Amino acid sequence: MEKIEAKDVNFYYGDFHALKGITMEIPQNRVVAFIGPSGCGKSTFLRLFNRMNDLIPGARLEGQILIDGNDIYSPGVRVDELRKNVGMVFQRPNPFPKSIFENVAYGLRVNGIKDRKFIAQRVEESLRGAALWNEVKDKLNASAYALSGGQQQRLCIARAMAVAPSVLLMDEPASALDPISTAKVEELICELRSQVTIVIVTHNMQQASRVSDKTAFFYMGEMVEYDDTKTIFTNPRQLATQNYITGRFG
Amino acid sequence: MSAPVFPEGFGTRKRRSQMLAFAIFRILSITVVLILFLILGFIIYKGAGVLSWDFLTKAPSDGMTSGGIFPAIVGTLLLMLGSAVVAFPVGIMSGIYMNEYASRTGRLVRFIRLMTNNLSGVPSIVFGLFGMALFVKYLGFGDSILAGSLTLGLLSLPLVIRTTEEALKDIPDGIREGSLALGATKLQTIWKVVLPMGMPRIITGLILSLGRVSGETAPILFTCAAYFFPQLPTSIFDQCMALPYHLYVISTSGTDIEAQEPIAFGTALVLVIIVLIINLLAGLLRKYFEKKLKVK
Repeated sequence: MEKIEAKDVNFYYGDFHALKGITMEIPQNRVVAFIGPSGCGKSTFLRLFNRMNDLIPGARLEGQILIDGNDIYSPGVRVDELRKNVGMVFQRPNPFPKSIFENVAYGLRVNGIKDRKFIAQRVEESLRGAALWNEVKDKLNASAYALSGGQQQRLCIARAMAVAPSVLLMDEPASALDPISTAKVEELICELRSQVTIVIVTHNMQQASRVSDKTAFFYMGEMVEYDDTKTIFTNPRQLATQNYITGRFG
Repeated sequence: MSAPVFPEGFGTRKRRSQMLAFAIFRILSITVVLILFLILGFIIYKGAGVLSWDFLTKAPSDGMTSGGIFPAIVGTLLLMLGSAVVAFPVGIMSGIYMNEYASRTGRLVRFIRLMTNNLSGVPSIVFGLFGMALFVKYLGFGDSILAGSLTLGLLSLPLVIRTTEEALKDIPDGIREGSLALGATKLQTIWKVVLPMGMPRIITGLILSLGRVSGETAPILFTCAAYFFPQLPTSIFDQCMALPYHLYVISTSGTDIEAQEPIAFGTALVLVIIVLIINLLAGLLRKYFEKKLKVK
């Protein structure tokens, strides 16, 4: 079943044509990786799925993006409801200056959940889910800033998962992390796949090949090729894709 | 061994000029502190003698040549409170609007910023004149605490707006995005994340504006301050005395300026102490809000 569908998507920052006629389908409970050189539009495309680009003045979208068959840009859609369903993890860990517990509880609280027992339970589940529980269970009241960068990023994953989204967008989630933390995040991605559809933007091609089921290669605002990850990395159809994955440019 | 790149004694001149520069910086900063202490010491030396319980709790008497300054203390505190009520909500909300809602580089925000900058450069006596024309005369509040508070509030508005805006500007956008991405609305994001993070700095701006308000004379000259009003005000439509104006009155007019001099210095000392207490309070509040934010 298709979770996300993009239909002839064009996107502009003012006069700059950032995404050119992209059509693609992302299947449910799979991990899809977006790769491509810097400025190719992969992050921009990712941020369309939770309407994060709405915040950018002068940006304009043409075409349709459907999640579960519904156009997320149709006038009746409430952006906060959409974002509850489509979580996001950013390139730089961005915990709030609150306690570890409150960071994870935040999404529940802003979505109107007040039941303390439920919140506590959900926080624990999410921290367990992010493989962070054992490291922080004795200091839930400590500041999230006291955690290492890798722990902070896993906290941000726990925070995103706490509101039980059905899609998780990850924008280069490991690019600011050391190799061990990166490995942990990648492990996590593989475990989360049963619960959510994951779209991950990455600069790291080994990472894409390790974690994803399908991979899309973007170049200059176009989606050059989109196929099973194995095919993309072993037998790409396009010369540009082959040149990129073999490190000839980018 | 190869020849040294730098000739013998090359560094000496550099070191010497560096030492000279540091000496100058050090002397200048010590001078500034000395001058501050000199002013403070002078006021304490001249004013401490009249400080007494009666001086703080009694009204002036005998043609203001004796008695205390209680009504002026109360008046100044009331005016600070009044200006805070006027300026804080409006200023903070404007600051939030400018940084969070309006496009930060848009024409409207640039215009508002220009205007607030200009406003903060307007001499305080002009605010006084405007306050008199609008609040005292046109709106018919008369010389009153209300008119004085409004005028002082307008005066401190630019400072409150600017500090709020600056405080919020320094908060990284990633934090806002993190909140929005969890399904928080913009208002929730501002209320639960952005404002708490900006609070320590906003508080500092607020307190600074209070300090300024407490010392202003010109804006209340035509709008509020009473030459002599020994009883305490009973409504916001009453006039009141105020420390800076009292200081001015007592050192320039009255029945016996010689005899009034110690009272003038006593008044100055009380004013300085109030400002110092407020600054101390600001530090404590700042610490409190920083502690509430878990950053360590």
